[in-house]
Amino acid sequence: MPHASLARQITDFGNRANPYPLYAELRRTPVLHEEEDGPYLISSYYDIEALLHDPRISSDATNLAAAGADGAGEPEETGGLPPSFLRLDPPEHDRLRRIANTGFGPPHRPRRIEGMRGAMREIVTELIDGFGDARQVDLVDQFAYPFPVTVICRLLGVPREDEPTFRTWVDPLVASLDPEKRPGGAQEAEYRQSAQEARMRLGMYLSGLVEERAREPRDDLLSDLVNSRGPDGSMTMMEVLSTSVLLLIAGHETTVNLITNGMLTLLRHPEVLGRLREDPGLSVSIVEELLRYEPPVQLVPQRTCITDIEVRGVTIPKGSRIWLMLAAGNRDPERFEDPDRFDPDRGDIQHLGFGSGIHSCFGAPLARLETQIALSELARRLENPRLVEDPPPYRENAVLRGPRHLDVAFDGVR
Amino acid sequence: MSADHLERLRREGRIVIVGASLAGLRAAETLRAEGFAGDLTLIGDEPHEPYDRPPLSKSALLGMASPLRTQLPRRREIDAKWRLGVAATGLDLAAKRVRLADGDEVEYDRLLIATGVRARPWFKEEEARLDGVCVLRTREDAADLVRRLRAGPRRVFVIGAGFAGSEVASACRELGLPVSMAERAGAPLVGALGGVIGSVAADLATEHGVDLRTHVTVTALEGDTVGRVRAVHLSDESVVEADVVVVSLGSLRNTEWLTGSGLGAGPRGVACDAGCRAFDFRGIVTDDVFVAGDVARSPHALFGYQFLSLEHWGNAVAQAETAAHNMICDGADRRPHLWMPAFWSSMFGVNIKSVGVPPMGEHLMITQGSLAERRFTGVYGHQGRVVAAVTFDNARWLEFYQRQIERGAPFPVEFPTLDRRPEGRQPVPAGFPDPSLPTHGPMVTLSGYSPADQQLVFHPSRH
Repeated sequence: MPHASLARQITDFGNRANPYPLYAELRRTPVLHEEEDGPYLISSYYDIEALLHDPRISSDATNLAAAGADGAGEPEETGGLPPSFLRLDPPEHDRLRRIANTGFGPPHRPRRIEGMRGAMREIVTELIDGFGDARQVDLVDQFAYPFPVTVICRLLGVPREDEPTFRTWVDPLVASLDPEKRPGGAQEAEYRQSAQEARMRLGMYLSGLVEERAREPRDDLLSDLVNSRGPDGSMTMMEVLSTSVLLLIAGHETTVNLITNGMLTLLRHPEVLGRLREDPGLSVSIVEELLRYEPPVQLVPQRTCITDIEVRGVTIPKGSRIWLMLAAGNRDPERFEDPDRFDPDRGDIQHLGFGSGIHSCFGAPLARLETQIALSELARRLENPRLVEDPPPYRENAVLRGPRHLDVAFDGVR
Repeated sequence: MSADHLERLRREGRIVIVGASLAGLRAAETLRAEGFAGDLTLIGDEPHEPYDRPPLSKSALLGMASPLRTQLPRRREIDAKWRLGVAATGLDLAAKRVRLADGDEVEYDRLLIATGVRARPWFKEEEARLDGVCVLRTREDAADLVRRLRAGPRRVFVIGAGFAGSEVASACRELGLPVSMAERAGAPLVGALGGVIGSVAADLATEHGVDLRTHVTVTALEGDTVGRVRAVHLSDESVVEADVVVVSLGSLRNTEWLTGSGLGAGPRGVACDAGCRAFDFRGIVTDDVFVAGDVARSPHALFGYQFLSLEHWGNAVAQAETAAHNMICDGADRRPHLWMPAFWSSMFGVNIKSVGVPPMGEHLMITQGSLAERRFTGVYGHQGRVVAAVTFDNARWLEFYQRQIERGAPFPVEFPTLDRRPEGRQPVPAGFPDPSLPTHGPMVTLSGYSPADQQLVFHPSRH
């Protein structure tokens, strides 16, 4: 083969800083199938949107494994925990997600997220205060990383003294989601092992906490998960664990990247940053436009079709793997005017950043609020912030894409 | 129309909108957004600026929202003359004038008819006047009903188990009030969704403690000595004591004011073409009178070009926008109103959504989930193709089925779907009763091919 396939170029680390030209090329063949047994890449907005609501598309991990994917080695199946609802189809998915929701949002807990606004602001204030006299920080390590992990721990009800330990467990788990790491790379065995181990340790820690909350419920999500007694019954201990691990992982890395991509984008668009400094209310539309322009989940690589389906005249055979290229759809000129421009004032920002359909981002209200607060506070408090390195160094991961470090220099902290 | 003429219309023309509710407001906003700079008049028989109605039978009854505070959010300034609290009483097509109840007349260059529907009152006037006999359409109706429900009635009686009636019954149960509901057909919602889904709605209602009585009609409302309603008499000779009676017998289209105007208007609405232009009674399309919202009947390409009447919130918005756009454009700039019928409801803790035209379907397939669990997607088929779908707590799949309808996908649904149960492998008769049977309207009505909603006698012209 004279050229590497587009799928491989997209996962190739060398293209991490700016995959958007590759996505544009991808959209020229909206249904792209490059290699036998390889995935079908869907890159136009309307096709992705349609497939996210298509009941012939499965998210079930066992279907994916049957599709010959390297997904068989995924931590979801090897850590001794049952698959989380992210990797299940209805009706199991629906039942678990509904129970999870009784502790998270309306109608049972309509104030849970909004009620964390004060705590979030405090955490952000402390983190920025923590910059001290420094005139340059790594925004990832010193801000974006600790913030959401702290929030999710508080939401679940993890005691503060245990918070630092989480990072050591979450890291390898997230890295193992990267499709690049799967097809027989040299590090594969090592990756699997560390992911599996982290998952076990996390599970063991959480099961202790779950038992405590079962004995003595508190006002936190874990207590609600353990003690749910609704029409859907309750979660088993294993289900509580796998749901908690899901929320920890999915709710964490994505938010880190949203905040970091956000600050990176604002520093590249100083006029928008300036407006945000004057008007924190602008953070709402900034965050929506970020979810379109630099979505923290670039693609959904875990779907398969349970029957032959036709997309734009192409038949995708039953059992094929399908990659829904959210970040490519978000910049589809068929859908958005001037899609490569970052423009929080575009009235129409119905992005695919949170997905759509039954698997649409469970933590979306949390991520929105966290990022709105984080960005508006950074804008307000950092004096004359500027990028030290552009582009910054990126993480390996092509799915959950974001800078590994984001060095930002500034003249002072207000 | 010449470009000059159109330019003058846009600059200094007179546009009158009759009906100051959702459709009227959205049309006015669209006119201004698209650059109409002339005189704009909104005429409404209610004394209020436009307000939203869906909450009136839901959160308002539960006391979660004030029925007096559901003003529709404004998208922009519309700089209009408001004639509120004055009904339009007549239309002179030739002179281009709308007559008002106060004797005034308003001239127009373009007219939009968006007079909507009203609640069908109890048919015996004397009984309808009894204290405690209510309908639910306006905000005053809602405020009155809220007040009565708060007073803790011994029993509420709902006549008619359509969506509105069922929502009222659901709210009553949520408030802990005893409630009975009578339906002439075999189950709630059968007019809109058929007997199979109706039986699910019946179980839902019964399980939530509604005293549901089907295959009965209400024969009389009985008052006490001081004129308060005290009991409801049913066709099975039973008598139910109740001190609040909610009459929920569907709606009547507000077209009486057009009688004799020469427009193709009648009890089923005002007929218009795909561009929202009204037909006159001869079937000739007008070019200066437009129709939008619940009062309109328009032909739909997906349903054999039959005229379709929709009492759907989303349709009112979309049709108003298209009508407004077309009022100040001509030729190829005009757009067709191609709205996929869609509505939602919530009752007894279940979210119900539908797309397409369920009553057109002869057969039904439960393609996902299960009726017994009250969580499912049902697909309706007509002559070998998919024409509608309904979801109970399963709305996130609905978009897929909408596309199936749009492309005339084959029915039965042969391909596998996630969460398909054994019960969903074969189609079953959807169970729509004779349309005259349910006491409630279907909310989406196919009303044939005639643009003039009245009896016509055909006289061939002589040469």
